[in-house]
Amino acid sequence: MGIKKISEFEWEIPKQGKMKVPGRIFASEKLLKDIQRDKTLEQVKNVACLPGIIGSSMAMMDSHQGYGFPIGGVAAFDLDSGVISPGGVGYDINCSVRLLRTNLTLKDIEKKKKEVIQKLFQQVPSGVGEEGRIKLSKQELDEVLKLGAKWAVDKGYGKKNDLTNTEEGGCMKDANPNYVSQRAKSRGIPQLGSLGAGNHFLEIQMVDSVYDEKMAKEFGLEKGMITIMIHCGSRGLGHQVASDYIKLMEKEYGFPEEDRELVNAPINSELGKKYFSAMSCAANFAFANKQLITHWVRETMKSIFSNFSAEVVYDICHNIAKKEKHTIDGKEKDILVMRKGATRAFDKQPVIIPGSMGSASYVLVGTKKAEEISFSSTAHGAGRVESRTQANKELSPEKIIEQLNKKGIDIVSGSRKGIVEEAPEVYKDIDEVVRTSDKLGIAKLVAKVIPLAVMKG
Amino acid sequence: MGYKFLKHTGDIKIRVNEKNIELAFISSAFALSQIITDKTKINSKISKKIKVSGNDMSSLLYNFLEEFLFLLDAKGFILSEIINFKIDKKKFLIICEVLGDKSKNYKFTNDVKAITYHEMKIEQKNNYSVIEFVLDV
Repeated sequence: MGIKKISEFEWEIPKQGKMKVPGRIFASEKLLKDIQRDKTLEQVKNVACLPGIIGSSMAMMDSHQGYGFPIGGVAAFDLDSGVISPGGVGYDINCSVRLLRTNLTLKDIEKKKKEVIQKLFQQVPSGVGEEGRIKLSKQELDEVLKLGAKWAVDKGYGKKNDLTNTEEGGCMKDANPNYVSQRAKSRGIPQLGSLGAGNHFLEIQMVDSVYDEKMAKEFGLEKGMITIMIHCGSRGLGHQVASDYIKLMEKEYGFPEEDRELVNAPINSELGKKYFSAMSCAANFAFANKQLITHWVRETMKSIFSNFSAEVVYDICHNIAKKEKHTIDGKEKDILVMRKGATRAFDKQPVIIPGSMGSASYVLVGTKKAEEISFSSTAHGAGRVESRTQANKELSPEKIIEQLNKKGIDIVSGSRKGIVEEAPEVYKDIDEVVRTSDKLGIAKLVAKVIPLAVMKG
Repeated sequence: MGYKFLKHTGDIKIRVNEKNIELAFISSAFALSQIITDKTKINSKISKKIKVSGNDMSSLLYNFLEEFLFLLDAKGFILSEIINFKIDKKKFLIICEVLGDKSKNYKFTNDVKAITYHEMKIEQKNNYSVIEFVLDV
């Protein structure tokens, strides 16, 4: 495929065929090579063909092939002429990351690491088909879907400050539980308050380096401080919302021949509005979920360290559609931005980019430049580079555990086999991903955190 | 005959090769199940009748496979056998009986988030039914 170099970290797929706008890839030469190994660029082109798309169809530096949109795909749409697609948000709606800073340092925790991660493993439910710690009635679930993390805080699971440092204040206000099917709700009821499985995790970390003292101070971070990261999403409820609306949109509008997963509805149509509202409910489920987990983390840590305290640095969404104000052709305008495996990077906003299991994670800060060139978006993680099937053939869980232990990282997981699929070897080089974001200027490096103990969902 | 896992970044792609469409659908369900259970033997303690419909063969496959994710999340049910499988290729309808066990009797950590239409194929090749699909994991 013809691809044009714009600058050191920007590449363009020129407008061709049915494309309404060009494609834009943010990557270093090295990362572009990884991206070109699969069908990511083809998917960027497909997205560029959607009605009402503005500017360009974008792929962040950690992109890889998804379904419909690539993972790492960002696209903005005109509210009047544009469309909304469940394939632009993903199945795991509001798969997201929350970072907590604590009042502990390495010497407080060093000798108790094993006990800490084991206790957290006991207190925070994880794994497939595992039920959450909370039993909800149908009415209560509707409240969760309406209010998100606010529901949890109102019930005593956390404090008001937690909400201030959460994207959207932990509550998408367009959420209407009437637009979420009973089928989706019955998948959600048993799962609230559980980490899930697959790539979801809880990690005890330490701030290893600070690159920007001023911003780090602003975010309350300093070298040697212990942090805790929670990565999870909307579980089966969100997956079912996506798949319900794929079916409904297909019935009403058919699907694009390029990819059935790119099925969409006009943003302004009844179905488009209902999907946005149902997606908001799923996002709220994920916000509430992380708020509950935060509460249990605090409770568990207090049982080990009596004066323990933890504050939310930030809680950031990875898979979501948002109505936001952006400057288009010199004028401020409300648009819909879909980010699938990408994070928002508003000026001065904390951006959290988790690495793969056992590798470093980074805290960055959003910039004005991101507003100008990437609809205020940047990467969301390391991004996969190898298939899970391949990983299972080549790697053994014993070897990976040994490697992690050698680096001083303890790991707990319900099964050893799952560990292989999240091995660092399967992911792109996180350091290269964040360096590219920093040099390009769409989110600047603030601090690096390294894992001490991991609980894999 | 049977199914195999193909290379696909991030997600998992499955190819099924069977003598007829009935066996190919059943094999697809077992491939999905195997990703979660990882060859753990599941007991046949519970039985459920299921009925699934679609608008075409692809959506029928999508809905059939999705039913197992629904049963796992909502009912805590994990699959071991499929019996009395009947498919109506004109009305796009499946009726069958599924046997299995409570998922909480096992410990699994490999999740399947969703079935996707991405690169989905249902084809008749010579005397074989070939199915391909990608799972979001």
